[in-house]
Amino acid sequence: MTGSVGNWMLAALAILIIGVALGPRVVSAGPTFFLQILTYGFADGAVYALVAIGYTMVYGIIELINFAHGDVFTLGAAVSIPIMGALGLAEGKALGFLAVLALLGTFVITMALVGVLNIAIERIAYRPLRNAPRLAPLITAVGVSFILEGIMALWIGNSTVHYPDLLPSTRISLGGGATLGFKDVFVVVVAVILVSALTLFIGRTKLGTAMRATAQDKEAAQLMGIDINRTIAATFFIGAALAGAGGIIFGLYYNTINFQLGFSAGLFAFTAAVFGGIGNIQGAALGGLIIGLVRAFSDGYLRSEWTDVWIFAMLILVLVFRPTGLLGMRVPEK
Amino acid sequence: MSALLRGRLTGLGPRLRQRNFIVYAVLLAGALLWPSIADFITNGNATPLISQGADAGVYVLLAIGLNVVVGFAGLLDLGYAAFFAIGAYTAGILGSGQLGASPLHHEVHLPFWILLFLAMFFAASFGAILGAPTLRLRGDYLAIVTLGFGEIVPRIFRNMGFGSPLGNWTSGINGINALDRPSLPYWITGPWVNEPLKIVSNFNFGFDPMPFYVLMVILVIACVILVNNLQGSRMGRAWMAVREDEVAAAAMGVNTVTTKLLAFGIGAAFSGFAGAYYGTKLSLVGPDAFSFVVSVTVLVMVVLGGMGNIPGVIVGAILIYYVLFSFLGNLPDYLSSLATQVGLGWLNEPNYAHNWPGLANEVSLLPFLIFGLILVAIMLLRPQGLLPSRTRAEELRKGVSQEAVSDARST
Repeated sequence: MTGSVGNWMLAALAILIIGVALGPRVVSAGPTFFLQILTYGFADGAVYALVAIGYTMVYGIIELINFAHGDVFTLGAAVSIPIMGALGLAEGKALGFLAVLALLGTFVITMALVGVLNIAIERIAYRPLRNAPRLAPLITAVGVSFILEGIMALWIGNSTVHYPDLLPSTRISLGGGATLGFKDVFVVVVAVILVSALTLFIGRTKLGTAMRATAQDKEAAQLMGIDINRTIAATFFIGAALAGAGGIIFGLYYNTINFQLGFSAGLFAFTAAVFGGIGNIQGAALGGLIIGLVRAFSDGYLRSEWTDVWIFAMLILVLVFRPTGLLGMRVPEK
Repeated sequence: MSALLRGRLTGLGPRLRQRNFIVYAVLLAGALLWPSIADFITNGNATPLISQGADAGVYVLLAIGLNVVVGFAGLLDLGYAAFFAIGAYTAGILGSGQLGASPLHHEVHLPFWILLFLAMFFAASFGAILGAPTLRLRGDYLAIVTLGFGEIVPRIFRNMGFGSPLGNWTSGINGINALDRPSLPYWITGPWVNEPLKIVSNFNFGFDPMPFYVLMVILVIACVILVNNLQGSRMGRAWMAVREDEVAAAAMGVNTVTTKLLAFGIGAAFSGFAGAYYGTKLSLVGPDAFSFVVSVTVLVMVVLGGMGNIPGVIVGAILIYYVLFSFLGNLPDYLSSLATQVGLGWLNEPNYAHNWPGLANEVSLLPFLIFGLILVAIMLLRPQGLLPSRTRAEELRKGVSQEAVSDARST
């Protein structure tokens, strides 16, 4: 890219401006506040990272912005509530061995359910249009997003719904009045475990290799005997499973969900995926973290009503100046 | 009505031009007779129906504009409501007492007729500013950039109210109200308003929807003529070339960037134009009227009607508008009274223990699902829309499916 030096200078300029704007506020608010904001940012970022991976994997393999992905995330949260109930998890109980097992079961069942649902979505709404003009699957993706939102609106209603508060609200002191909650750690640990597992899966297994091959060159992969349809279905399954897990940890962390949550969360996660370099799994995780931190800092030090504006402005600027993202290796068509 | 038109459509080939002519004739007759029909079916209480007709016209304008972007040039714009908002806020800020409350402390009251074109100009400028750096990106990236823009603009308008660091420019969440009423310097009265024929000066639109309806019919006719001419022009052919194959179009000497930018800007101009009208008619401009749902609504209109075919998108816009605002808008009340009549009145009572918000509330959440189903079903079953464009229909007549075309292209 010819403008890459210019890009880095622009990035440096942006960081400088942000530093000058935020610096005095950060200093005057003190280190305790800074630390607190940082923990929020990491927890938030972990959720976005999990959702962003689904976007990036699907885009990497069939070059479709799966608009419905954010709503799969919300659906994960919504579906997990009755599953938790069925497995005997309820608020106020101590988190014993059985409860941990039940929570694990909730994760597995929810991830499997939304994964299968996403395979069905791909089969019905995207596969018939795989060779159609690019606009067609994008429009059906918007349609599927609306269908999922519509189903959830009818199911959980259009108001905010309480999500079971299962995790202990223990907080340990970090010194100077800053505290670190169990939830903050839990969210990040779950995300790290899932991302590491995914990285191992993509790098070490046969199906993972097939996915990478398909993403690189569909025809060549097919010639090598890879079943393209099955590989794409697997990609949709994994992406949705991670989004579903993201939905659960979002619910456990914030304890409220609503049916349109996936719209903005999906957009932020997509921003994260673009930021990290679309098609790149580590990039998506990094991008998610950055988006989480930006949100936390904007909420904490600037006016929270402007946070969304900064994030979307970031999305536009990244797409304009560096469409390959931070770690992106894939060069866009034009 | 559309079923009848679809019946005619199966004739195909050279009859397509004839079909479009028939659709236009039916639409024009419908538009001209609508006040009388409304008067007849409501027994003289036609005001709400005429007002609704004028609002439907706003969506017709939006659909015609988005059709230029999506249908002609093949660019997906998911933030179309942003330009609508820019147009409406232009009319709101420069045509009301709003700026008196801003740091300027001077009210600006430009005439509506100037605001219409100013709104168009501002929207087109923002379209160009947004489009210039992003149109070289591939199509789906453009969709996301426009989506981001569509999310940013209403938020900025919402945040620029009382208490913002830059002062109160938009009255924030409450929105700008009491926009100036349009007026004409001269107006002819006659038997149609039960008065003798004479020229009266300074006709004020007031809040009567009738003059707004007449104005909307004139605007729509003007826009349809304009867009029809554009479609057949050199630029229109360039749009279609870019839509079908950008590389080939560039090789034939089409400047793809300018071509796409013009489509984007002209689409935005229509949206701004419609926005100024909409804000003035409603006399209220608030940030919540320009959400993503509005962009998707217009997209559904274009896709359903038939991307690229002007009479098609007009029919799509009118159809969706009435399904959405007339049918689905009244469905909750209708169903709850029906439930009471058939002895299911308990359905109307909300039961929060079982997560039931009451029948009316539940039904009012249906549009999401219906929109989604329309989008998916149309793209899968009838991607050319209800009234497809001539090119698409020709392709289908020759038995060349969309898939076959793109297969041939990719090899």
